[in-house]
Amino acid sequence: MLEAYFRRSRRQLPSELEDARQRIEGIAKQHGLDFFDTIFEMCDYDEINMIASYGGFPTRYPHWRWGMEYLQMQKGYEYGLQKIYEMVINTNPSYAYLMDNNAFVDQKLVMAHVYGHVDFFKNNAWFAHTDRKMLDQMANHAARVRRIVDAVGESATEQWLDTCLSVDNLIDPFRDHIRRVRAIDYVEPPTSASSHKLPAKGYMDPYINPPAYLLQQEQKAQAAAERAKKFPEQPERDVLGFVLEHGRLNRWQGDILSIVREEAYYFAPQAQTKIMNEGWASYWHTKLMTEQILEDAEVIDYCDHHSGTVAMRPGQLNPYKIGLELYRDIEKRWDRGQYGKDWLECDDAVAKRDWHRPTNEGRAKIFEVRRTHNDVTFLDTFLTEEFCRRVGLFTYEYDRKSGEYLVDSREFTDIKQKLLFMVSNHGQPRVLVTDGNHANRGELEITHQYEGVDIQLEWASHTLGNLAQVWGRPVHLRTKIEGKDAVLHHDGEHFAYEGPKLIGAKK
Amino acid sequence: MILNIENDLNRFRQIVKGRVRKDLKRYMSSGEIIGKQGDKFVSIPLPEINIPRLRYGKNTTGGVGQGEGEGDEGDKVDGAESGSGQAGDNPADHLLEAEISVEELAEILGEELHLPRIEPRGRKNITAVRDKYTGVARVGPQSLRHQKRTFREALKREISGGTYNAANPVLIPRKEDLRFRSWNSKTDPQSAAAVLYVMDVSGSMGREQKEIVRLEAFWIDTWLRANYKHIETRFVIHDAVAREVDRDTFFRTRESGGTLISSAYMLVDSLITEFYPPDEWNIYLFQFSDGDNWSAADTRTCVDLLKNRLLKSVNLFCYGQVESEYGSGQFYNDLRGDYGNDERVVLSKIPDREAIMGSIKDFLGKGR
Repeated sequence: MLEAYFRRSRRQLPSELEDARQRIEGIAKQHGLDFFDTIFEMCDYDEINMIASYGGFPTRYPHWRWGMEYLQMQKGYEYGLQKIYEMVINTNPSYAYLMDNNAFVDQKLVMAHVYGHVDFFKNNAWFAHTDRKMLDQMANHAARVRRIVDAVGESATEQWLDTCLSVDNLIDPFRDHIRRVRAIDYVEPPTSASSHKLPAKGYMDPYINPPAYLLQQEQKAQAAAERAKKFPEQPERDVLGFVLEHGRLNRWQGDILSIVREEAYYFAPQAQTKIMNEGWASYWHTKLMTEQILEDAEVIDYCDHHSGTVAMRPGQLNPYKIGLELYRDIEKRWDRGQYGKDWLECDDAVAKRDWHRPTNEGRAKIFEVRRTHNDVTFLDTFLTEEFCRRVGLFTYEYDRKSGEYLVDSREFTDIKQKLLFMVSNHGQPRVLVTDGNHANRGELEITHQYEGVDIQLEWASHTLGNLAQVWGRPVHLRTKIEGKDAVLHHDGEHFAYEGPKLIGAKK
Repeated sequence: MILNIENDLNRFRQIVKGRVRKDLKRYMSSGEIIGKQGDKFVSIPLPEINIPRLRYGKNTTGGVGQGEGEGDEGDKVDGAESGSGQAGDNPADHLLEAEISVEELAEILGEELHLPRIEPRGRKNITAVRDKYTGVARVGPQSLRHQKRTFREALKREISGGTYNAANPVLIPRKEDLRFRSWNSKTDPQSAAAVLYVMDVSGSMGREQKEIVRLEAFWIDTWLRANYKHIETRFVIHDAVAREVDRDTFFRTRESGGTLISSAYMLVDSLITEFYPPDEWNIYLFQFSDGDNWSAADTRTCVDLLKNRLLKSVNLFCYGQVESEYGSGQFYNDLRGDYGNDERVVLSKIPDREAIMGSIKDFLGKGR
């Protein structure tokens, strides 16, 4: 299908690379990697930039955003600022794109890296529910969008897409699968205490139905009735799903929203496992390259390229680096028995450093880790104080006075907290639907789970406006600004703010 | 190969253009896009084009970095943020900038302000001759020999003569096979323009006034660049004496002292005489001042200079008066008295940034 898309015959690997690929595939399998068939394609930079701007799927629906991405990537490449070496998508079979003017050693590195990714896609639990036929699915989505364009016109479709994309992060990435239809199990709540009464003869009644018991039953029933009145009964993280189900969308609008939601769910695991995934692929490319694949003459180039990949740029956390180092740390610890109760309770730094209990479970452990963890649990479980010190991590904060970012702390707990904050929910505010019938007027109330960081008000106002469009009635966002309660309202046309006074606010 | 990306790309460009069109007034009165000016492209910051999402305010987040060695608390994180000055104001991860060509920008400007295309005045007979190597001839210098054609002729001859040997395809061109590149002379109507900016830098002109002039100059340049093939700009500043400076100095200099506008007019006049003969150039003279002149006598000299020298050579003389606390604004009235109805003269008052759009329309609306 890609050939059809490119209107050219697929460019297979040249024989030299194909030989290298087969060898790498074999070696990777020997090490226990378990991946889907992977189809490599050669692309020139124009094609790879194009595919990358579509998020790896050249078959996606038409939208200006891809054009924007493409332009930026093109510029980055032309100015020599960035270069995409490789791209791989989570499908079965997997497609990986190689840039055709990379050096031979780079191509080998990339192939080893790609096999790491594909193994991760196939085996990591968070990917288990992603659609492995997504290339086709995306094409189907595109066809649906195009049909809608034919029916309602380009600008209406585009506007609605923009609106939907604005709220596409309001999903529940920790849900193990997308719920598409919700089961409705409506039970009429018992209304009075009498329904709890067990049948008894008059003189036995006080014993069989003691008043205390009746009271308790009545309270339970009342609580249940209260809950049932609430809508949704439990706060709902999948805001988009809730809106799809209960909103007042007409058919084509709902169709587009469901497309946007489905693609958001498809990409969510990749964002959730960024550190793990890149770390895993980097772990394997270093292992395979340095132990088996590299020729003597290629060592320098390989080192140069590899160190570029794992270099930390100022102000950015490099997922390749952190992931790679953590896997290595885990492997070492589990090889030397540095885990368990004794290890945790040991306070002696020297003893910990020289700890050696030859368990040799390292390799098995990292395979287990790559199967079950996501970035949050990965960092939470395996980030250790020794590791932070060895790698030299620190936290930084924005300093209002100087307008610069300053090193804040090198304390382990601070670093861990900040890291976890950055990866949980991809560093985005977490919001829940708390009331789908606010003030009994069918308005939507969502609540931000405040974690000490304010949301960006201007963006929130626009986003709320879009959510109001999608919901069809006014929406309200409960949050905190500078630690104080605040409510943001939007009725689709006007934005209103209730909360502490803002200093230097624009609106 | 028609790719979808072409469509998406075009759509994006359309959106950018639409956005510029919509916010033209804002772009015109704020300096946002001026610093980003290249030769052919202008880069336009578009913070709002990104799709808004719920997100954290940037300043409050910070992050985790890695660094070897000391790095004590309170040390600066190098290069964590590149943008100084307005850091934190823009929520986007990277501030989006879209490029738009000068032609497109001028087109938008023209359409929004209903500017007529400029008709170069009466110089259609002025032409420039250009040589273009488009033809092939049988004679010519060896340096222009057209190898491919020559060998093709030789091949033709050998094949038709039956002497061509495919197993040993050696071709030796003879004299009659030789072909040479030849040129045609093309005459282009020349349309070159000289833009002369004059600004009062006496003590009464403040920073804000200069910023207004800078914005005006940018938009004037944009429009004229789209209308003429070749543009030359010259900058003249004056207080009591005038001198020619480069663009950068023009917008930065601040002098104290008096104001003799005639000094600048004289300098401009000598520039025109020396470099821009009026029958070869379309000359534009833009003057910005707060309207103060030293004396009525000097104003009379100015009016004379204008009438007898300058107005005879220029397409258009535009006088923009920026308002300052100190300026009297008298010069505007003086000029209006004399030239209020002259086709070649445009007078405009620019009290604040909001008025820039209107004055550009005044200046360029004549189509001269």
